[in-house]
Amino acid sequence: MTSTTTTPARRLGRRRAGVSEPGAGWALVFIAPAVIGLAALYLWPFLSTFVKSFQDVPAFGPATFVGAGNYTALLGDEEFWKAFGNSALYTAIILLGVPLAVVLAALVEQAGRGRAVYRVLFFLPVVTLPVAVGMVWRFIYNGDFGLLNTVLAWFGVHGQFWVADARFTIYAFGVVGIWMSLGINMIILGAGLQAVPKDLYEAASLDGAGRVRQFFHITVPLLTPSIFFVTILSVIGALQMFDLIFVMLRGVNNTALADSKTIVYLFYEKAFVQFDQGYGAAVAIVLLIVIMIATAVQFRLQRRWVFYG
Amino acid sequence: MAESVRSAPRGRRRGGGPVTWPVHAVLVVAALVMVTPFAWQILTMFKTTPEASRVPPTVLPEEFSGHAFATFFGTVPFWSMFAVSAGALVLRVAGQLAVASLAGYAFARIPFPGREAVFGLFIAMLMVPSQLFLIGQYEIVRGLGMLDTLPALAIPGLFSAFGTFLMRQAFRTMPKDYEEAARLDGAGTFQVFWHVMLPMARPTLAALAVLTGLYSWNDLLWPLIVSPSGENRPLPVGLAGLQGQFGTDYPTLMAGAFVCSIPLVVVFLVLQRQFFAGIASSGLKG
Repeated sequence: MTSTTTTPARRLGRRRAGVSEPGAGWALVFIAPAVIGLAALYLWPFLSTFVKSFQDVPAFGPATFVGAGNYTALLGDEEFWKAFGNSALYTAIILLGVPLAVVLAALVEQAGRGRAVYRVLFFLPVVTLPVAVGMVWRFIYNGDFGLLNTVLAWFGVHGQFWVADARFTIYAFGVVGIWMSLGINMIILGAGLQAVPKDLYEAASLDGAGRVRQFFHITVPLLTPSIFFVTILSVIGALQMFDLIFVMLRGVNNTALADSKTIVYLFYEKAFVQFDQGYGAAVAIVLLIVIMIATAVQFRLQRRWVFYG
Repeated sequence: MAESVRSAPRGRRRGGGPVTWPVHAVLVVAALVMVTPFAWQILTMFKTTPEASRVPPTVLPEEFSGHAFATFFGTVPFWSMFAVSAGALVLRVAGQLAVASLAGYAFARIPFPGREAVFGLFIAMLMVPSQLFLIGQYEIVRGLGMLDTLPALAIPGLFSAFGTFLMRQAFRTMPKDYEEAARLDGAGTFQVFWHVMLPMARPTLAALAVLTGLYSWNDLLWPLIVSPSGENRPLPVGLAGLQGQFGTDYPTLMAGAFVCSIPLVVVFLVLQRQFFAGIASSGLKG
């Protein structure tokens, strides 16, 4: 369609390319806003966080270098290890949402005209304010008159105080986290599903393979790159969980809050509530290291299960 | 069993054909679980406060009461919070699209010395979680005397390694013919960018706008940090404050959560395709 109009232009363009190509000066103009902004508001803050993690930074007055002091304090701090464990547990629960999203995405792909409706319904939690999500689920989890315990009571199960009782808090958050991210995961996986060649299914059904076999032997293997991507995103997102804790625990129940902090909540509390920026910076650096290790491990493991066709 | 196998390829065809009922059965149950929290929220916000904490709870409100909305709008400056949220979103989306598309174009199309190295630095930044920047960004905003202002909410988000990366990928895949033809017609570098390349990048711009807007609208941590006095609070911060103020008045909390969430839900229902394209192309960077 375009070839008739553009072929002469391309031929001429190539001949004159040396004359008309924009020069490096233009490149400078184009990238200047981004480079200046990223240097000032990202690169510098990153370096400053790194430096501060080796300093004692009082709310007022000059900072002093304390070497690895913040890190040794942190590694000996029971509160930090609890937060670390909570973040790890939350992340593990969130990962259970990935297979769920794979199955549901595959089903939605087969839903014909209903597809659009299902996609919208599963996506609603993504476009709802996370703060609002936290408020609604806090009400649902209420131990006395929450919806969850009411439904459980129908089946003769005696419900718990899911949020206020620190034994259950992280699990309760994990359920909300899966509910919130299902829509995103399903859209990413849905895009991967559309790339699976349809004739593979036809060939498989001619060979007598049922839908379940097709799912495990065609859909899942060909979808592994998308599943890998979703897994990476889920882990990074889960390790940064903050909003739910802030909304569901703060103010009302301090004992559950003390036992259920995540790494990022601890960072917020240290750096911006107690204004101990040195310690807060060290928590942030540890978060970076944890995310980097988690991602690197997944990239190593992908060789065993991700199939690039 | 044989029946379902034979009909399977037909059912998979998009936009029609017979679909086996088990697929819908599973999806309907899952969709019901997904919407139940919203349904419960909506039912609760029409109840009276005592009715909402009754044991066992009523399903339908005994009488539809609007008191929750009256309490919410009477105590919370919703419209000013909405204006702050919307203003920060517009500023951030417009700024990021401009900055990222300019830089993305240069990285994709204008050769200059050190291009790969600078771009590599952008990619490296992409992998650093946002919390690593917060302390420094806060110091800058405070140093500029901008705490509790609307621009403070948007400023760091004007610049994005992720946005630049996305735009670069879009420009890279475009055929060079159009640019060359326009240049032959005497168009300058900026004209080529503005009149030829940017219009072709519209789908990516829409995806980036939706992702940036979603993130700006939902974000809690950054606004919390830069609005210490509570002035110029966007919706998430104000809503979180409501929780502290009306801890057990569940109808008011549910009404507030509903009212504050509905604007973006409406935008999503209108721009579904852009939302899905945005998420599919890039994932949500949280």
